Amino acid sequence: MSPETATVGVGLSHYLTVSAILFTIGIFGIFLNRKNLIVIMMSIELMLLAVNINLVAFSSFLNDLVGQVFTMLVLTVAAAEAAIGLAIVVVFYRNRRSIEVEDINTMKG
Amino acid sequence: MIIATLAFYLFAIVAVISALNVIFQRNPVHSVLWLILTFFNAAGLFVLLGAEFVAMILVVVYVGAVAVLFLFVVMMLDINITVIREGFLKYLWVGATIGVILLAELAVVFGGWVMSPDAQKLRTAPAPAPDALSNTEALGSLLYTNYAYLFQAAGLVLLVAMVGAIVLTLRRRPGVRKQNIHDQVNRRVQDTLEIVKVETGKGVS
Repeated sequence: MSPETATVGVGLSHYLTVSAILFTIGIFGIFLNRKNLIVIMMSIELMLLAVNINLVAFSSFLNDLVGQVFTMLVLTVAAAEAAIGLAIVVVFYRNRRSIEVEDINTMKG
Repeated sequence: MIIATLAFYLFAIVAVISALNVIFQRNPVHSVLWLILTFFNAAGLFVLLGAEFVAMILVVVYVGAVAVLFLFVVMMLDINITVIREGFLKYLWVGATIGVILLAELAVVFGGWVMSPDAQKLRTAPAPAPDALSNTEALGSLLYTNYAYLFQAAGLVLLVAMVGAIVLTLRRRPGVRKQNIHDQVNRRVQDTLEIVKVETGKGVS
């Protein structure tokens, strides 16, 4: 889809709007779910998804494939982050019997 | 064209609604299921953009691996659902304020944004025409040549994540009877077996 024809139907700004809304929902979710670490991690996944939509949209409308290559890198990092984060959550739950954000204070940060 | 437009609005609206459900659901298991729906719709958006390979990877990696991992952990941990909603309204206002500010900032950025006319010249890897080379082939030929180091680095990231996750969650509990192959193989006959010549009428003491 070249940029000239794209302005007729669904343009780049439509995709950027969707991704901006998803990113905002992700940030909103982080502040909203202070009692559940896992939902916070899901919000982070939503934000990474918004970033991916941005990258792919620009890649498609600019006809440049590098954006999709970086999307796959972001996907890899997201998967690694989810695995490590959930492992930390499981270890924390074993020790403290809770996954509330308020209880994570042993490092006095 | 009209079908593509309708499909875009369908995918976009369902994605946003399910993303909202992810953060507002009371039960974390429902949150994960809505997250899966969000990923499917994002994959639909990717297909509309012509990035079929990334769309399929999104389904395989996110729905097949990450979401299932979330589901496992959510079901493994015994979370009290009634406690989760305490102080919800307080955080609602903080989060809503920050979210609205961020959305307004993004709107300002996107409102006054135009693509530079030089952008087309600055492309690193112009995509070939879709009828000449499919998206997967084009992406593969780019990923395995110019971006081979990036590809290897991604593999290293996954390796480190795997080692980290195993090290974090592995625990040795005392009192569990497990097979110890090293000890079994290293047993010697002299340590365990004694041959006694029993004299008649005396027995073994």
